[in-house]
Amino acid sequence: MSTPYGKLPPSAEYFLLPLVNVVVAFLISGLVVLIAGESPLRAFELLIKGSLGYGEGIGYTLYYATNFIFTGLAVAVAFHCGLFNIGGEGQAYLGGLGVALPCLWLDRFVPWYVTFPLAVAGSAAFGALWALIPGYLQARRGSHVVITTIMFNFIASSLMVYLLVHVLKPVGAMAPQTRSFEAGGQLPTLGFLLRLLGLDPGIAPFNVSFLVALVACFFVWLIVWRTKFGYELRTLGQSAKAARYAGIHEARIIILTMMISGALAGMMALNNVMGEQFSLQLDFVNGAGFVGIAVALMGRSHPVGIIPAAILFGILYQGGAEIAFDMPNISRDMIVVIQGLVILFAGALENMFRPALASAFASFGARASRRATAAGE
Amino acid sequence: MSDIAIELKGIDKSFGPVHANRNINLAVRKGSIHGIIGENGAGKSTLMSILYGFYHADAGTILVDGEPVAIRDSNAAIAAGIGMVHQHFMLVENFTVLENIILGAEDSQILNAGIARARRTLKELEKEYALEVDPDAIIEELPVGLQQRVEILKALYRGADILILDEPTGVLTPSEADHLFRILDQLKRQGKTIIFITHKLREVMAITDMVSVMRRGEIVATRPTAQTSVEELAELMVGRRVLLRVEKGEGVPGEVKLSVRGLTVKDSRGVTMVDDVSFDVRAGEIVGIAGVAGNGQSELLETVSGIRRAIAGEVVLAGQPVAVTGDVDAGDLRRRGLAHVPEDRHHMGLILAFEENENTILGYQDDPRYLRGALLDIDSIRKDAEAKIAHYDIRPPDCRLKTANFSGGNQQKIVLAREFERDPDVLIIGQPTRGVDVGAIEFIHRRIIEMREAGKAVLLVSVELDEIRALSDRILVMFDGRIVGERGADASEGDLGLLMAGVAGAEQAA
Repeated sequence: MSTPYGKLPPSAEYFLLPLVNVVVAFLISGLVVLIAGESPLRAFELLIKGSLGYGEGIGYTLYYATNFIFTGLAVAVAFHCGLFNIGGEGQAYLGGLGVALPCLWLDRFVPWYVTFPLAVAGSAAFGALWALIPGYLQARRGSHVVITTIMFNFIASSLMVYLLVHVLKPVGAMAPQTRSFEAGGQLPTLGFLLRLLGLDPGIAPFNVSFLVALVACFFVWLIVWRTKFGYELRTLGQSAKAARYAGIHEARIIILTMMISGALAGMMALNNVMGEQFSLQLDFVNGAGFVGIAVALMGRSHPVGIIPAAILFGILYQGGAEIAFDMPNISRDMIVVIQGLVILFAGALENMFRPALASAFASFGARASRRATAAGE
Repeated sequence: MSDIAIELKGIDKSFGPVHANRNINLAVRKGSIHGIIGENGAGKSTLMSILYGFYHADAGTILVDGEPVAIRDSNAAIAAGIGMVHQHFMLVENFTVLENIILGAEDSQILNAGIARARRTLKELEKEYALEVDPDAIIEELPVGLQQRVEILKALYRGADILILDEPTGVLTPSEADHLFRILDQLKRQGKTIIFITHKLREVMAITDMVSVMRRGEIVATRPTAQTSVEELAELMVGRRVLLRVEKGEGVPGEVKLSVRGLTVKDSRGVTMVDDVSFDVRAGEIVGIAGVAGNGQSELLETVSGIRRAIAGEVVLAGQPVAVTGDVDAGDLRRRGLAHVPEDRHHMGLILAFEENENTILGYQDDPRYLRGALLDIDSIRKDAEAKIAHYDIRPPDCRLKTANFSGGNQQKIVLAREFERDPDVLIIGQPTRGVDVGAIEFIHRRIIEMREAGKAVLLVSVELDEIRALSDRILVMFDGRIVGERGADASEGDLGLLMAGVAGAEQAA
């Protein structure tokens, strides 16, 4: 009747377990660094110092975290509906188009705050559209979204190469990218926030899309836990039978959920295209869509968990770059290995330490309650 | 050698503030069947989990054959000769019987030798205990009764002398249960010791030699079965006198509220599950559908309640036709006054991962009462949930608790409260007391009778023949997708049993 392992108290479930996973991932990463012939302790120091030790590093960390909040939310929303959207990469790529088009159109005539709402809407719409097709195929034809979304990543990639090389590239330019946006297509940085804390943000591209990401976190919470639609979404995610019993229109929920998920992934493009590069470039998503899966897993698919998880991956990206820069034996690829280990432990193996932790808590709890009874009697 | 197979001394176990087992002392004689009964949540399963090494007792000792043993995990339990047949089978569905039996006891990396050896051992076991089962059959193709037999064989193959069966008849048809009892009797005569956990009093009376009653984590009594009665056991279990028969007056049927004509339903493989079924249910009457599980009752319920599509037929709800062959919509029927307590509480009637209050709006999430614009009105939902908790005595009375943490009886009360409090015209109820303890059964039966008294049309499906006979005004018997007979409430068990077996039905059809 009961499960063999006791349940974890919420504090352990949401904080201790992810922490244990990350610590183990770091320990094994340390071994990798050691094998590569460098000092793990110094690498760790570089990682932390590089990402959190000075203003510009913090700015970059938060810039990367912004990407991962968007893609993490995208994966999380679909998770709650029982859908595994691994097409964040492609949806974000297409989202870039939704950002670039209003910028190219308006950047010379209006200030950024006029272009920005259009870019937000454009990125969300293009991302949603790219997720709509797999969503429709899942809902109406039963084609599994895991397969279709990953195929759509490749289609997105090819489509964007075509567009950048043949359509969007200015005449005579060599690089497959759009022209640089003028002031009306450039988001202001949030460097002043860091300056308020007495930090120097340097040239870090930490920009207003971070605020959009936080607003998105709030809306995801609101939609999933506080609306009728969210209720139906979660019901379907838990049991298709119960959803049919409750008169929920399965196909509609699947399609809408995929569109919301795609819109969130698409909005990731704001941060890069309008906040850093000021142009639409080849492969700008650079794996953020996939990191979103790990972020969502680690953040337990809840916005409150996704923000710290995204910041952790921001630290890995930024600090990892510093390690690669300072340590000759650690290349950029080695950093990917370390990130992979974190994903492995935080995501794929997230339940590895659960039984041990649960039994530790169970015996601790029993001892505590015995003491309480003894004291009471 | 003592004649006590297994003895528990002073077993104590707490989960945080919950004292699940309190100073349990129990001695089970070798070669006997010892029943342990108690309501859901009385601590039976915890006790057995301790015996099988899933949990560790906070205090106390376990003696097997007079020797103290430390059961750290299930391997230690197996080594001590203890075998367990779980309530929910632990079988790999797409493996053969043989593969399942050697799973975890392969003895070597190369399977062939082990399989051949297992085949021989299995033959001997079959001969010894009359437990026939085709070793090459795939588990998922076997009926539930045979799957359970595989579980028993698995335990015997590992050399179990003490068999623990946890609610073994919960999933069985009456005839399969009878068969199981014969097997247990045979095992007993071969010297095996059996601990039989159940909350069904009749089974305890039918099969056990001794019976221990658990209540709130304690063993409150141990009696030789021959010297006790159903009434005494029920009282010991619940702690107060229990009415085992439902009191109900003469029904006053009104107009037809639900009319079904020529309903035919096929499943996804194209097998006809409901075959040209017609009946009416009137206001103020309970129509019971009896039958062995799997004869089309589930499909009939799902079709009438708008979850499954029919290929032919008509359903009229309170005078208005219902689309049964096109796009079905359970929500639409609900708005038109149909309430449905589904058979599958865990996957259909409730979302176990949700908080209790979230389940009180399942199916009624469109109700403006629960909404404030596009948002859910959380205050109103929780207030409503609390009112229902009070009205239906749902325990623990905490609407923020995860539904999975409620006992079976209380989970069912959550569903009943949601469906009954809507004041529907037509009520469709499937297996109202499956997996529900005795105290709650009485409560649920009374509520169903109350609904009839209030003039609702009630369609009841249950595989418990006693329940059908106790509640129904008219009884329809389903066999192989067809209604093979109709009887009054006074029909004898034997008469209904024949119809359920399809014997009388065949004559009638011919």
